[in-house]
Amino acid sequence: MSQTTAPSSDTIRNAVIRLAGNSQDGIQSIGAFLGQLAGSTAQDVMTYMTIPSTISGGPSIFQVHLGSGEVLHPGDEADTLVAFYQHSYDGHLHTLKDGGICFYDSDNVEELKEERGIIHIGVPFTSATIEAIGGNAKSRGKNIFVLGLLCAVYQLDRERISEIMSAKFGKKSEDILRNVMLAFDAGYAWPVHDIEHMPMAPGENAAEKRLSTDGNTMLALGLIAGGVRYGAGYPITPWTSIMEFLRSELPKYNGMFIQCEDELAAVSMAIGAAYSGHLAITGSSGPGLALKSEAVGYACMAEIPLIVVNIQRGGPSTGLPTSVEQSDLMQAIYGSPGDAPRIVLAPRDVEDCFYTAIEACRLAKKYSTPVLILSDQAIATRLEAFEEPDLEKHWVEPTLDLTEEDADWKPYPLDKITRHSSPGSRSSQEKYPVVTGLEHDEWGHPSGNPLNHEKMTAKRRDKLIDLANSLPTPEVHGETSGSLLFVGWGSTYGPIKEATDRMISEGHKVGSINLRHVHPLPNGLTDLFEQYDHILVPEMNDSGLYGYGQLATLLRAKTCNGKIESVNKVQGISFRVLEIVTAAEALIAKA
Amino acid sequence: MSDSTTAAPTEKLTKKQLKADHPTWCPACGDFAVLASFFNVVQKLGIPHEKICVVAGIGCSSRFPYFVNAHGIHFIHGRALPLATGISLSRPDLHVFVFGGDGDGFSIGGNHLNHAARKNVNLSYVVMDNFVYGLTKNQTSPTTPIGRKSKTDPRGAIDRPINPMAQLVASGATFIARSHAAQVKHMNEMFERAILHPGFSVVETLSECTMFYPGAFDDGNPRKGGAFELVDEETQEMDSIEAAMGLTADLSPGKFGVYYETQRPTKNELEREWLTDAQSKIGDATQKDLLRQRFASMR
Ligand SMILES: Cc1ncc(C[n+]2csc(CCOP(=O)(O)OP(=O)(O)O)c2C)c(N)n1
Ligand code: SF4
Ligand SMILES: [Mg+2]
Repeated sequence: MSQTTAPSSDTIRNAVIRLAGNSQDGIQSIGAFLGQLAGSTAQDVMTYMTIPSTISGGPSIFQVHLGSGEVLHPGDEADTLVAFYQHSYDGHLHTLKDGGICFYDSDNVEELKEERGIIHIGVPFTSATIEAIGGNAKSRGKNIFVLGLLCAVYQLDRERISEIMSAKFGKKSEDILRNVMLAFDAGYAWPVHDIEHMPMAPGENAAEKRLSTDGNTMLALGLIAGGVRYGAGYPITPWTSIMEFLRSELPKYNGMFIQCEDELAAVSMAIGAAYSGHLAITGSSGPGLALKSEAVGYACMAEIPLIVVNIQRGGPSTGLPTSVEQSDLMQAIYGSPGDAPRIVLAPRDVEDCFYTAIEACRLAKKYSTPVLILSDQAIATRLEAFEEPDLEKHWVEPTLDLTEEDADWKPYPLDKITRHSSPGSRSSQEKYPVVTGLEHDEWGHPSGNPLNHEKMTAKRRDKLIDLANSLPTPEVHGETSGSLLFVGWGSTYGPIKEATDRMISEGHKVGSINLRHVHPLPNGLTDLFEQYDHILVPEMNDSGLYGYGQLATLLRAKTCNGKIESVNKVQGISFRVLEIVTAAEALIAKA
Repeated sequence: MSDSTTAAPTEKLTKKQLKADHPTWCPACGDFAVLASFFNVVQKLGIPHEKICVVAGIGCSSRFPYFVNAHGIHFIHGRALPLATGISLSRPDLHVFVFGGDGDGFSIGGNHLNHAARKNVNLSYVVMDNFVYGLTKNQTSPTTPIGRKSKTDPRGAIDRPINPMAQLVASGATFIARSHAAQVKHMNEMFERAILHPGFSVVETLSECTMFYPGAFDDGNPRKGGAFELVDEETQEMDSIEAAMGLTADLSPGKFGVYYETQRPTKNELEREWLTDAQSKIGDATQKDLLRQRFASMR
């Protein structure tokens, strides 16, 4: 939205609302309700939140970007700020755009700053909620009061949101639901004088079946749809919600997810299930992936299909456990002893988690090798709305193949991709295979023969070259030639796409691609890069000793293209669109 | 371990069918006898050939899978138990056997042993304990006695060895036995009982490393002037933790036989129970329907 005092007849197409309070105030659930509402009313949504890394809670924000059309990022700056406390107000006023609206809890916020034309609207969230619910409500429910207030201001679908709340709270108890409705109605009815209502334009996302959820849920569902039925893990933020989900869901699908004593056991157990003939998954976040690396290398060597999920978080070691970063790319690709080629995929947003997981399942089986899925904290935790996947097209029925092996079957043929004989399969040769991490001959016998090692190393590598040859060049968004191409992977997709659109509208000839297959890289990149004067790779990792981010380093190695440059951000937060645009304009201006 | 799905005894396997590569072990290595004993028991029990699954980590003893003609997997150092757990839980039709050394099982894999035991995973585990690291050529192991010289303890080992039997009792293994590779009949009996036991069964087998620690187990070998004293199962309370702990107090050479045996639901059963329960609630819906229902709840 651009006007702060829009007449009520005009509608707005976008609204970025930042809720700032303490995590125990339930600001996440306001965000979640708005997200679900948007999804079910054909609007688009993307959220962003910070999670205090202590259990007792603490200052926390939840930002919701609602849009009638496509929403690609959680919003560079807020149109509306809701401040629950003085510290929320002081800490977040700067994120509000010039002339934006600030709702503050007049019971808690005392000192206001008059600046940049910001419109202040004081509402006693706390006391008004207590008054509405009555009794010993304390400060509980003020999040719902605020939700009501926002629904009125943005003229959101009140009926639909009541349904969503009933579905959520009705299960708990009638009392709770009644209090929730009282708080909501009080907020909805609160007289707001200084501004007019700003009704959101109706959603334009036509698909009738729209879902809204977070990336980890979509990733887990994609794994199920892709045929995964067994898995093992150990808790670590932000991976944990996937394992919790699979632990409770898989039994319904005749599968099992096991909580292990550590990540070493988890990856080993998953390899055990994979060796047994099932499609199996393990996962973690950076530090846990490091612990799994020996066994992942084993799976490369022994050629076992395995899915390894890594939800990246910030920094080395324990680092920034609840922040976003993309600094595990090299670890994912190279993090095992020896030459241990594996496939690495990265989803670009919540919806894409589903399809990337299915693609990972397909590739793991086809190439009999580990496939790593590199998601990140931002995608994992944020909400987005999108079209429900068509299961007729994407569902893969799990199989357990125990057919008897033919007389010419070998576990490690040099001229074919390995296809293991799962235990329980009979052998027509009366000769059973040993799956091994020692270098081996075609029959799996340990072999130290120098030429054999070279041939087997090539066998394991060539299947990925085969994959690279089959990958299409990623589709370019924007100009297919011109002054600058953005190359991104993972969750930078949204901000990069928006930056591309913005620059095109300002007259620049730019395009962008997002790489789902980060290893191996598609072959067409070399030629594509020739079409532009500049290649810019925005990444949420450090530019390192030589001045390039992790993907940029690989792209330089692959294409020998000296035009490839990096723009890096390691603040534990996603790129703002403006940061990408600024970097691109500087690069173009330099030349 | 044992499993109710064991098919009616099929045609018994011959030793010839079970033999694979000739073992690469040093001459007279105790591990040969363990292998021979394993063949004996598998033949006797009539397990279908394709249902045998032999699992190992890394070490001389862990080379076991190559010497058995059966589905086998040679994994990484110390992680054979969690790997085998993945096999056992996802494939109840298989007979899962894990073999490994003292370094593999009690040092690098020590924590996995605790957890496989407490979870009572349905599998059989034979630790070929030689009180030394054989494969890496004579370093101190977690069971090396104090004072024994090795390449990493040239003045003699100074760390108190672990007590594997006490650890197993404490961590909740449901069948715990101890045997000696020079006593083939005894090994046969222990292996057979371990295999027939439902749940996590372990046999610690003293298996001499003739290359680096010859004579290590002479004190338990009557032919070498030692004493092979058996646990008296008539008087021993077999499912008493206290009684088992009593036996673990002295292991040099200590007693041989079953230290502890009890019945507790296996992790396999408990997990399957959940599965069966979840399945019964679903009724006729296909798995695809289930996912569709989940989508509907996310609208
Ligand atoms: C991660 C890792 N660390 C170390 C080794 C080297 N290593 C191989 S076997 C072994 C010890 C083997 O001792 P034990 O398990 O007692 O088996 P033994 O050879 O005595 O039968 C070691 C340290 C390895 N292979 N992998
Ligand atoms: S080094 Fe010791 S344990 Fe290894 S094969 Fe030789 S005798 Fe056996
Ligand atoms: Mg040893």
